Amino acid sequence: MKFGTMSSLQKVLALIAIGASLAALLSPLAMIGETTVSTLSHPIAMTFALAGLATIIRFKLKFSIAFDGIMSVLGIWGIMVILNGIDKASFGFWMLLVAAWAFGWLYIERLSNVTGLNVFLTRLIGLITPVFFGIWILVLWEAITRGANVPFVLLPPPSMVWVKITTSLSILWADFQQTILKAVLSGYVMGCGSAFLAAIAIDRSPFLQRGLLPVGNFVAALPIVGMAPIMVMWFGFDWESKAAVIVIMTFFPMLVNTLTGLTVATNMQQDLMRTYAAGYWQTLFKLRLPVAAPFIFNALKINSTLALIGGIVAEFFGTPTVGMGFRISTEVGRMNIDMVWAEIAMAALAGSTFYGIIALTERAVTFWHPSIRAG
Amino acid sequence: MSKDASPVVSAKKLSLTFETNDGPVHALSEIDLDIAKGEFVSFIGPSGCGKTTFLRVIADLEKPTGGEITVGGVSPEEARLARAYGFVFQAASLYPWRSIEKNIALPLEIMGFSKSEIQERTRRVLELVDLDEFGKKFPWQLSGGMQQRASIARALAFDADLLLMDEPFGALDEIVRDHLNEQLLKLWDRTNKTICFVTHSIPEAVYLSTKIVVMSPRPGRVIDVIESTLPKDRSLDIRESPKFLELAHRVRDGLRAGHSYDE
Repeated sequence: MKFGTMSSLQKVLALIAIGASLAALLSPLAMIGETTVSTLSHPIAMTFALAGLATIIRFKLKFSIAFDGIMSVLGIWGIMVILNGIDKASFGFWMLLVAAWAFGWLYIERLSNVTGLNVFLTRLIGLITPVFFGIWILVLWEAITRGANVPFVLLPPPSMVWVKITTSLSILWADFQQTILKAVLSGYVMGCGSAFLAAIAIDRSPFLQRGLLPVGNFVAALPIVGMAPIMVMWFGFDWESKAAVIVIMTFFPMLVNTLTGLTVATNMQQDLMRTYAAGYWQTLFKLRLPVAAPFIFNALKINSTLALIGGIVAEFFGTPTVGMGFRISTEVGRMNIDMVWAEIAMAALAGSTFYGIIALTERAVTFWHPSIRAG
Repeated sequence: MSKDASPVVSAKKLSLTFETNDGPVHALSEIDLDIAKGEFVSFIGPSGCGKTTFLRVIADLEKPTGGEITVGGVSPEEARLARAYGFVFQAASLYPWRSIEKNIALPLEIMGFSKSEIQERTRRVLELVDLDEFGKKFPWQLSGGMQQRASIARALAFDADLLLMDEPFGALDEIVRDHLNEQLLKLWDRTNKTICFVTHSIPEAVYLSTKIVVMSPRPGRVIDVIESTLPKDRSLDIRESPKFLELAHRVRDGLRAGHSYDE
């Protein structure tokens, strides 16, 4: 490992940490009831601020990288403890937050500049960075909403959302089943599957190419807010109507991408098949579909997001009393914003998992493609 | 006439005209040519002389617009459907999602060979082109010369008697090319196939062929057909011999004659 000297960005971050610590020491920390508490009278705040100020000696001595990480984590812990005992944050609290945040940034910045590591450690650092970043977003969210007393309906702190998630698991699970497992997955499979078959039918028959493609275009242009109520009329209140909306939304991207993918085999690759006297289906399965795979996966990825949006929004237009979209629309009306955020968190988690599975499958299937084999 | 004596490829007054926006292009004009079994025929000429087009007509990848051509006694289409030839393209054109082994198995899968036969044949042709250790590799993990060797193995896998090669070594450097030429001759000697070989390198044509067809462009036609006087067993050193230089000289003269009206 090589530490190297501090870059100018690192120097600026170190100065911010020191300056903010000094500013925190000299200013009021927070309000408890009507009384103002100074940083010097709060043992945890004072210890952290003094430690932060003492890091000024880093311009003479070399600090290990882990030191900045530990300072940042201690800062997070201190901030959470302080938050629990106060009513409203003052200038000193925000300065402590800035100092802890500067230590965190410094830690990541120094980590990413370390050279000469083995593969495992490089991967580990690649993992630490987004995790650390994610934690800090939550910390800032928590500290700002609670420290500044942001009204609950505008933005609840993540801790409250978490409590809501853990206490309403059964409701969330029911919504997840209704929206994701029933509507989204079946709509996605039917939409992508039928578009794929339609693409092959169009490829087979020039007549369909002229007839079906404009229809596909037209369907793609239909607005979801207009289609959803009509689908409810046609297929009833339950998940079937939501799946129908998703089919409409996902059909066109899949159709167009598959059709484009089917045209990318080069003349030479096609001639080769011709010299073997290969039939249409042999050429399709052994040449044209493999080269189309990157396009098809592109559509599958686009559609995974579209299907989730479609499934949730379609529930705004009539649904049984279960489902993520239903829950969001009713809980907003009842000002239960923490429940809305719990549903949003679940949608985000489900969406990224969905997308991640498809992206991983793509890597496995199109391992040969230059864009993937390079990395 | 016995079956062996009849020509593998026989063209009579064969013509092909492409209709383009700038008017008709006479790619082939009244070609008369017989290729006997076991011959190694090179087609040489400047670009646009129709040498590749002629090869593609034999392979039924282009349809002639005049004259007659038979391949193995039948029409090119029947010959193609009977899988009577193997074709090697300018680029290796291996499918990147298949390993070398699987690429070679591709025509065999299409032609419905059994699993065990596919394995056996794949192994044999890989040995033939000296790639036995690279069967599990993917095309993009191999050098250009190795890729082209694999594509030759693929064309050999189903054992067609006729091998059509369209400038297969054109994109390779001189040293690799020499090496592959030498190997190709050995392979031809061992398998006793008929080979049609398109090239624009005079030494390559003279070194490889038993018959050299010199062509000229606009319209694409045959200027000279040279029967090689070189012995069948040749090493690369033969290129320094007077006989070789004499043949090369005649090819060059033919090419010049075909070109003269152009300049």
